[in-house]
Amino acid sequence: MSVADAVQLAGVVTVIAPSALLLALGLPALLGIRSSEETISRLTQASVLIGLVAALVCLVHMLATGNRHVPLEVGDWVVLHETDFHFHLKFIYDRLSVPFLLLSYVLVGTIGAFANRYLHRDPGYGRFFLLFAVFLQGMVWASLAGTIETLFVGWEFVGLSSALLVAYFEDRPNPVRNGQRVWSVYRLADAAFLVAAVALHHAVGHGDFDAMLGSTSWPEGRSLLEGSENLWIGLLLLVAAAGKSALVPFSGWLPRAMEGPTPSSAVFYGALSVHLGCFLLLRVSPLIEASPTLAAAVVGAGLATALFATAVGSAQTDIKGALAFASLTQVGLITAEIGFGLRYVALVHMLGHATQRTLQLLRAPSILHDFQAMENAVGGALGPGPGRWTSRLPLGVQARLYQLALDRGAMDNGIEAWVVRPFLALFRGAVALEARVTARLRGAPAPPPDGDAGQGEGGR
Amino acid sequence: MSTLHLPWLELAILVAFGAAAVVARDEDPDRRRARSIVGAAAVAAFALGAMVDFLTVGTFEAHDRWDLLAWLLGHDLLVVDELSAPLLPLTALTFLLTILSTLRTARLRFSFAHALVTLGVTLATLTARDPLLLVALLVGGAAVPLHEQRVKGRSVRLYALHMGSFAALMGLGLLLRWLAPAAAPWVFALALAVRIGLLPGHLWVLDLFERGSMGTSILFLTPMVGIHGFLRLVLPDASPELLHVLRVASGLSALYFAGTALVQRTARSFFAAEFLCHSALVLLGLSLDSSLGVTGGLSIWLSAGLAMTGFGITVRCVEARLGRLRLDTYHGLRNAMPALASFFLVMGLASVGFPGTIGFVAGEILVEAAIDASGWLGTGLVLVAALNGLAVLQGYFRIFAGPPHSSPVDLRSRRPERIAILILSLLVLGGGLFPQPGIASRHHAALEFLGRHHGGDPAGPHGAHGPAPAALPSDRPAPTDR
Repeated sequence: MSVADAVQLAGVVTVIAPSALLLALGLPALLGIRSSEETISRLTQASVLIGLVAALVCLVHMLATGNRHVPLEVGDWVVLHETDFHFHLKFIYDRLSVPFLLLSYVLVGTIGAFANRYLHRDPGYGRFFLLFAVFLQGMVWASLAGTIETLFVGWEFVGLSSALLVAYFEDRPNPVRNGQRVWSVYRLADAAFLVAAVALHHAVGHGDFDAMLGSTSWPEGRSLLEGSENLWIGLLLLVAAAGKSALVPFSGWLPRAMEGPTPSSAVFYGALSVHLGCFLLLRVSPLIEASPTLAAAVVGAGLATALFATAVGSAQTDIKGALAFASLTQVGLITAEIGFGLRYVALVHMLGHATQRTLQLLRAPSILHDFQAMENAVGGALGPGPGRWTSRLPLGVQARLYQLALDRGAMDNGIEAWVVRPFLALFRGAVALEARVTARLRGAPAPPPDGDAGQGEGGR
Repeated sequence: MSTLHLPWLELAILVAFGAAAVVARDEDPDRRRARSIVGAAAVAAFALGAMVDFLTVGTFEAHDRWDLLAWLLGHDLLVVDELSAPLLPLTALTFLLTILSTLRTARLRFSFAHALVTLGVTLATLTARDPLLLVALLVGGAAVPLHEQRVKGRSVRLYALHMGSFAALMGLGLLLRWLAPAAAPWVFALALAVRIGLLPGHLWVLDLFERGSMGTSILFLTPMVGIHGFLRLVLPDASPELLHVLRVASGLSALYFAGTALVQRTARSFFAAEFLCHSALVLLGLSLDSSLGVTGGLSIWLSAGLAMTGFGITVRCVEARLGRLRLDTYHGLRNAMPALASFFLVMGLASVGFPGTIGFVAGEILVEAAIDASGWLGTGLVLVAALNGLAVLQGYFRIFAGPPHSSPVDLRSRRPERIAILILSLLVLGGGLFPQPGIASRHHAALEFLGRHHGGDPAGPHGAHGPAPAALPSDRPAPTDR
């Protein structure tokens, strides 16, 4: 086997390692076979290690040969020749994907090791690691995606696993409600992504990033889209990124997502998933560069998010909430950096932030212990810290700002009041009307306003 | 016309009716179920044989060898073609798995004989070539739920009103085929819109699910024979204006049902809304009148048929243990029914076209075809998919999440249910991982269908991508054909 073949094989292994894990965990679950914690743990370790080693082989090869752009063509998963419709699977190893891939494997492995102990004997252990495998699959595919449709597949996997892990503690209504909320935002982001992907196909005939952005290695490349196409597709991708990365006005889901177990909070909202939107923007950065309007929108979204998160984070009363908004502040800054065209800065920022925040989130359950340990080391109580500039404002203004921060900018409430409730009320009204019309047509009395037209009859 | 190697179609239909006759006379419910399973399995085998045989023949359409009905009546009554070939085993499998998963508690109430009769009628409907026979089967097939409801002493007024209108319009359509052929497709379209439950003729579907037997409702509706009626009676002769009306009606219906699925209060009405949405999506694809659109519609027909069957069986299995499920509270059933919970999620995700499941590529094709036709239509379709995804996960959380349900009896799935679940899961996931054969076959069927009905141009009058798209927001040029 030649070196090139070995590297090609390593590339394939990085892609299929998480798929193999998903199959190994998912198939027994489907057949109703319960795997032991040890089996699950070993399978996860093996998959992550094998994938990581394979990714390192690719990295070493790329460094040694100076080749910064290595495509792995899988081919057309589906093709309809007469219509030019094709679903092309392709993976790229470049300056953007390889660091993110390595980050994914390292952090998933680390957090997996943490979760193995943290969730030991938890009834949901198997469920956690199954969803973890779904997440790893999604992250690897999204990182390495060479076509927009491949990225979309990874994107969806990350979203589903994220929402289901937020609702991990499903015996309580709040995590479940928050899981549904996270899923709602993700579906909106997915919708924008899908429209962008189809529009891209229409514009250039395919979704290949190399062909769309010039067949050069990231971050070089230029958009091959025309002016308004570039803008609209870019804006749709910005909406998708905003939903995934909790940029304003979709920031409300991030603190809610902290309902999940600490390992998932760390990997999703500190490390990887929350940066996926930024990753998408980095991947399509030539589109941003080609459109000043789009770039301004990206910068605006990023800075608004950073300011918002800074303000709100300062009023949080629990450690995970504070860390969530601290994460969001950095995500906002990373987004702004991308808008300004500082791609390497954004990438390095992302990698550093992800690792630091992972550590903080994994230590979050021990915050009191750590605080006391620090006080013991210092030999006394730690001071309250330097005062904020806001302490110079009138008390009334401080109180209002505090209230606004505590309400998280009232964005969630605003979306709930102006979008969600009217939308649901419209359809509830329609369903109530259906019940009345149905009752009339059946010659039955009108149903009560609480609308229970269906009970009491019907067999199986 | 080409000939199959055996009389598969007649055998399948005759066995279905024969088994129904045997089962109807049986007093013992367990024996009724066992014989029904054997009968349905035999029908499924013959239906599968018909499909496999048809594939070996390699033509667009074929009829049975030693076709008794053709010999008696002088022309082919039952014909399998590329459009219906995969629907035959899919339909038979739906019936088999529904019968198989019928719990002991439901065996007294569920009419196995009616199910087998419905199976025979459905297979005959899917293979009927003559318009008169097709209309008779569509109308006659609607009598089975009516009879069942009457026997159980339930109000049939709503159902009878809708099906009566359907029957009358179908009769009028037949008449107009001779008197005023240009008007016939419009009348058939109106009739079939009621049959498939397009807005606003959908109330009977919701009512049937709420008040009727869940099993009977699944079997009556999931084969989507109304869509088949559109394919045979409306679309071949539909004018561009009629196609436009169908696109708008099905698009609005899909959006409406996707929205109402989010607010339904019972699991059955939630399922009914999801089903109606998918039915509308299939019709939307077919009415786009492009090879991509028709491919999308045909593909979603298959994927939604499988996924909704699985979905419906899951809801039925849960209700068989706990009675009617309300969705305005959390039931906490995941620990008590882990397999059903996983299955619900897999089937629900498959129904909304999640990657890796059978509906994913079909959904992508439909979105692309819809955007070809109109940017707004495509965007609306994406919104429908998003809402369906929300509704599915919401349904999952309401049924399976929440304070754990405690029960003195074991609520876990039984072996027949697990077998049914597993078969469907494997089909849904297998079709999702290896979609090319299925999609390619639907695409070929779409090309043949369009070619036969558009003067030999397989791409249809508007090309592979449908009519020129409507304008989008002002600073975005219309997408160009590739």
